[in-house]
Amino acid sequence: MIDNLYMPYLMRIERITYEAPGVKTFMLKFVNDADQEKFSYKAGQFGEYSVYGVGESTFCIASPPTRKGYIECTFRQTGKVTNALSGCEEGSIIGFRGPYGNVFPIDEWKGKSLLFIAGGIALPPMRCVIWNALDLRENFKDITIIYGARTVKDLVYKEELKDWELRKDVRLVTTVDPGGESPDWKGEVGFVPTIVEKIAPSSKDTIAIVCGPPVMIKYTFPVLAKLGFTDEMIYTTLENRMKCGFGKCGRCNVGKVYVCKDGPVFTAAQLKELPDEY
Amino acid sequence: MNIDKRLVRKDSLEKLFDILKQNSKKIYAPSEKNGKITFRDAENFKGISTGYIQTTQSSKDITFPRAEKILDYSKSKEGMSVKGIDLKEIPEIILWGVRPCDANGIGELSSIFNWDYKDEIYNNRLSKVTVFGFSCNKSDEYCFCTSVGGNPGNTLGSDILFTRMGDDGDYLAEILTEKGNVIVSIAPQLFEKSENSEKEKYLAEVPVRFNHEEIKNKLDKFFESKEWIEQSLRCLGCGACAYVCPTCACFDIQDEAHGKKGSRVRCWDSCGFSHFTIHTSGHNPRDAQSQRWRQRIMHKFSYMPERLSVYGCTGCGRCSRACPVDMNILENLISIQEVTI
Repeated sequence: MIDNLYMPYLMRIERITYEAPGVKTFMLKFVNDADQEKFSYKAGQFGEYSVYGVGESTFCIASPPTRKGYIECTFRQTGKVTNALSGCEEGSIIGFRGPYGNVFPIDEWKGKSLLFIAGGIALPPMRCVIWNALDLRENFKDITIIYGARTVKDLVYKEELKDWELRKDVRLVTTVDPGGESPDWKGEVGFVPTIVEKIAPSSKDTIAIVCGPPVMIKYTFPVLAKLGFTDEMIYTTLENRMKCGFGKCGRCNVGKVYVCKDGPVFTAAQLKELPDEY
Repeated sequence: MNIDKRLVRKDSLEKLFDILKQNSKKIYAPSEKNGKITFRDAENFKGISTGYIQTTQSSKDITFPRAEKILDYSKSKEGMSVKGIDLKEIPEIILWGVRPCDANGIGELSSIFNWDYKDEIYNNRLSKVTVFGFSCNKSDEYCFCTSVGGNPGNTLGSDILFTRMGDDGDYLAEILTEKGNVIVSIAPQLFEKSENSEKEKYLAEVPVRFNHEEIKNKLDKFFESKEWIEQSLRCLGCGACAYVCPTCACFDIQDEAHGKKGSRVRCWDSCGFSHFTIHTSGHNPRDAQSQRWRQRIMHKFSYMPERLSVYGCTGCGRCSRACPVDMNILENLISIQEVTI
């Protein structure tokens, strides 16, 4: 049989976690053991998830490659396919093809400190790297996570946030937008860039990984620059619309750069080279 | 390289058609229906259109069908079964009457389907096609193959290229590939020894109208130009240009469900459509028609040459002929060449 690039793996939904209003995490296992065996990926890569009869949708792999035997994805119910996915139950079969795209160069970061800055539904692409780094904790110096959402309810991975909070080897700062706090909220209140400025993490030997809505990224980069981060020390991901995932369907490119092949991971320095088309 | 050149008498073409049919070959050739000339499964030689400058649709959909099933699925109590397209079912086809610009487009399309990831569905279809190119002995004001490296007698992409020697003359057949040799071996008596092997004087004259290298270099600094807005003011975003283009490869993937069964289909799309790049959030990186027009030109004349070392345009001129508001790519390219940044 000749390889059909468009042929998904069959995946069984092993566990569904309710994360936030409209947001769920699926733990997926390969239906066929042979698929599982030949499958490998790295932090930062993404895939096409599909409900047969409805279509495909693109999201990152949210679980780290250091955890074998399954993958996880976290999505917000917004369009046709994510609505259909949201209607799936544990035990349902869905399609997955991937992994696609480039990776966070986590091996090159050995010996450095890591600063993760995420907003809203952009924690999932970062969670893969966070757990990847935590599973190889001895390879890195300080690990700081700054995570913000609109409201307390909108924070995803609430159980894991508790876990990170308790760990002595991680510094976690959570924040919600002004007005989004609940009476018992103990975290920060303020937009992510403001909180980054307030916490003022050191840029010494540190890699910053920033994922979030464009407006958050836009206002966070200058704060990082003020803290001494150069553009080469800052990583982010782009999330353009895609269909194929491998550079043929023609819609994710920003200028001559294909987000699906040359990305989704870019440094701030690379972003500055791109035309304003993302 | 020494090309095997043969003489095919004008009345031998019909014999060739009949012999190939007798050998159970499937032949797709241009025929006219409702004023439009399109490649269709040809029953008999008489139905084949001749004298056209250009078919209305390119021959692209033979290797890259407009809507192509990529898998079938069915759900049952036992679970889900998914079956990919059976490549063995793809028939062998002789593509008859392809103009050199379209034949050239096959290679450009192949580069898109084969950079890095290899699209075996496309490659399989292509491997089963034998291309009978027919040189152009006339052109119109929309043609500009010579400006993008082609010419009316270009052999690139054809397995056999036929050039008619004079209005009512015999054909010079250039046998260009192994697939071409196979055809000759089926009807060797029709491919006679050729005395006259000069085809140039029988070819249409297509003047060079712009320098594609110069345009490519200029586009590197042209992204922010106001020219894109100017050129696309009347663009309706209908996508006709992409649908008639021999090298446009943008596609969508859609599911078609019929109860518990269904298929996933890869179908043509166009960068000119407003929803092409829209995000779920509503944000659209190419929100304005001018940005979409820029993408079309940049992709063909800047990104493809840079990333794939081929241009995404063969100068067939179909997009200009098909445009309902008379946008003309040739005029637009000339004006990009002329305008000062």
